[in-house]
Amino acid sequence: MIDVDGVHLALGETDVLSGVDCSVPEGEFVGLVGPNGAGKTTLLRTINGLLVPDAGTVIVDGDDVADLGSKALSRRVATVPQTTSLEFAFTVEQVVEMGRTPHRSRLDWTDATAAVERALARTETSHLAERHVDEISGGERQRVLLARALAQEAPVLVLDEPTASLDVNHQVRVLELVRDLVDDGRTVVAAIHDLDLAARYCDRLALLHDGRIVAADAPETVLSPSNLADAFGTTVGVTESELTGSPQVTAVADRPERDARVHVVGGGRPGARALGACWRAGFDVSVGVVPTGDVAATLADDLDATAITAAPFAAVDRATRAAVHDRLVAADVVVLATDDPDPASAAALEECERVVDWRAGVEDDAVADLHWSPAGGAGAEPGAPAADAAVVDAVLDELPGATGDD
Amino acid sequence: MRPSARASLWSGGLLATLAGAAVVSAAIGPVSVDPVVVAKACLNAIGVPTGLGFQVAPATVGSASLPVPVPVLDYTYPFDLAVPSTAETIVRQLRLPRIALAAVVGFALASAGVVMQGFFRNPMADPSIVGVSSGAAVGAVATIALPLALPFGLQAAAFAGALVTAFAVYVIATTDGRTPVATLLLAGIAVQTFLGAVISYLLLQSGESLEQAVYWLMGHLRNSSWGEVEVTLPLAILAFAVLLAYARDLNVMLLGEGDAQALGIEVERSKRILLAVSSVITAAAVAVAGVIGFVGLIVPHVMRLLVGPDHRVLLPTSALAGATFLVLTDTVARAGPVELPVGIVTAAVGAPFFLYLLRRREVHAL
Repeated sequence: MIDVDGVHLALGETDVLSGVDCSVPEGEFVGLVGPNGAGKTTLLRTINGLLVPDAGTVIVDGDDVADLGSKALSRRVATVPQTTSLEFAFTVEQVVEMGRTPHRSRLDWTDATAAVERALARTETSHLAERHVDEISGGERQRVLLARALAQEAPVLVLDEPTASLDVNHQVRVLELVRDLVDDGRTVVAAIHDLDLAARYCDRLALLHDGRIVAADAPETVLSPSNLADAFGTTVGVTESELTGSPQVTAVADRPERDARVHVVGGGRPGARALGACWRAGFDVSVGVVPTGDVAATLADDLDATAITAAPFAAVDRATRAAVHDRLVAADVVVLATDDPDPASAAALEECERVVDWRAGVEDDAVADLHWSPAGGAGAEPGAPAADAAVVDAVLDELPGATGDD
Repeated sequence: MRPSARASLWSGGLLATLAGAAVVSAAIGPVSVDPVVVAKACLNAIGVPTGLGFQVAPATVGSASLPVPVPVLDYTYPFDLAVPSTAETIVRQLRLPRIALAAVVGFALASAGVVMQGFFRNPMADPSIVGVSSGAAVGAVATIALPLALPFGLQAAAFAGALVTAFAVYVIATTDGRTPVATLLLAGIAVQTFLGAVISYLLLQSGESLEQAVYWLMGHLRNSSWGEVEVTLPLAILAFAVLLAYARDLNVMLLGEGDAQALGIEVERSKRILLAVSSVITAAAVAVAGVIGFVGLIVPHVMRLLVGPDHRVLLPTSALAGATFLVLTDTVARAGPVELPVGIVTAAVGAPFFLYLLRRREVHAL
């Protein structure tokens, strides 16, 4: 439906798009993601004809956008802008009516057609029809703009940050509606700032960085920690949301490089939190033994860290014990994040005892390297995860050569 | 209600008000005439153009003379009611041309004001924002102060000056076929400032004709003739028809140029047409009446409060309200013991009213 081929575009002296290639098949919902200034809005504007590429072509439904007049293009591509000056006392119905402009002759003054009513009904704004657009809320406004675009009855819908400045409820409602439209056969391209929402609702994502598309694929593939780290210039953790099953991106500003290994003993939320805290602090982390499917194991997978797992409620076999033993020996610090061990953690604890005994036998001063931390940390409720900072501080204290000022 | 129905209803009412204002105005003056006689004389004065011919008029610059063809319309008068001849002469030859011209000028200025405010999405925009009035003033004052003579003389020079200025501002503000309204606004202000200097210099050089030049600059309808009405009325109606055809486009353009483009409006082309046509309609008004302020600013404001922002209703109602407003203010201007330039009256009435609106906060945006 949309083919963007080799598009270059400079605004003033700045190259905003430098060779963008992407295509959007009919009936797909493609989300444009990327950092501020990556060129998302600019790319959308080449698709809806507001900007003309310096080089390259944008083909919509078989024709070059540059060859289509504004009217012909607006019958194919409807736009929901990010901001619009709606401070005039037009009624909601009048604004939605303006969506019919591409289908009207200049002298045709008829209003309130079936298309307008359909658009109002679809976006649940019928009850606002007589209200003035300058008197409705931000969420209602966004739905009215969507209604205006629906009234255009164009096969392609372009949305620029449809959820920016909306509350969680309205964000989801707007995107659910867009998703419904896609399921009805519309083709949608949307610039979406919120990566989690983009991943949840889009069929595919295109990651823009420095005026180029660096990845375009299914959300799970595009939103990899390495892609995101390159594009956004910060460390990110990508986890899977238990609620929606879609990727969830957490940016971690300035994850320091620390040349130290930390092994976490203990699963469940305390283990996962200790693992997350140590990973964010820049340690090379591992966890285990934890039951397969434990949150700590899932988190370790998401963070590309090692998790030593055993089948739940089963005895821990010899090989697994050996694996955790190796980890414990190699670790600079071990964090114990459990005080009510399940069978898997109990096995890991036993290994810990042995490692401590062994280490104590080999080097006298190595005992201090092993940090034994009761779950919850000092002063916390029993069983509750220790505060992230407390875990990291405790680990740093136990590191060989710790100065206490890091 | 459908916009065409609303527009017709409001326009009908305002047209009746305008007709009433014209008859009342025609009855006011140094010689009192019976209102019924006035009404009859007014009907007699209604002419319908039925033919078009050309006449040759000489254009002279200093001593050189150049023949210029000028179109002339033939009129048929459908009414021929019995009216005393003195009353007929007073109403038809002295008062009505001035009233008709006031109506045309008010109509033109208010139409252009609506369009400019919509175009610039700025409530302070008025018809002369792109330098039309300053250009007209240079043409007019130059004709008064310098030894120039053209067919229709001063009016033609003012009209030409207005259009040349508007075009120059447009060219200055345009790059790569795009005319950002902010640039246009600033270019208009800069050119107006420059032309202000030219006008001041011309006034210094005008010697004995200074008073005439200043009077013109204040905006007046003294010595109006049917000839001026015959030229400006068709022009105003034609230009208004074009503007009305663009009423829907103007509505959409109020949402911003990006939105308008995305909704299928050829924004740059629409802007060119709207700018050109509203410059012509303003130039026509300013050429015959001088710089009459506040009509193009205040009338669209008031009408927007009454009928809302839909240009399909706002444009015709503002045009007719502008006509009525100028007929009434010009009546005030000539009714007193000393005749005032109508520009003084419109500004004196308009400015306080504008401030009143501002204080009431009813003018949030447009």
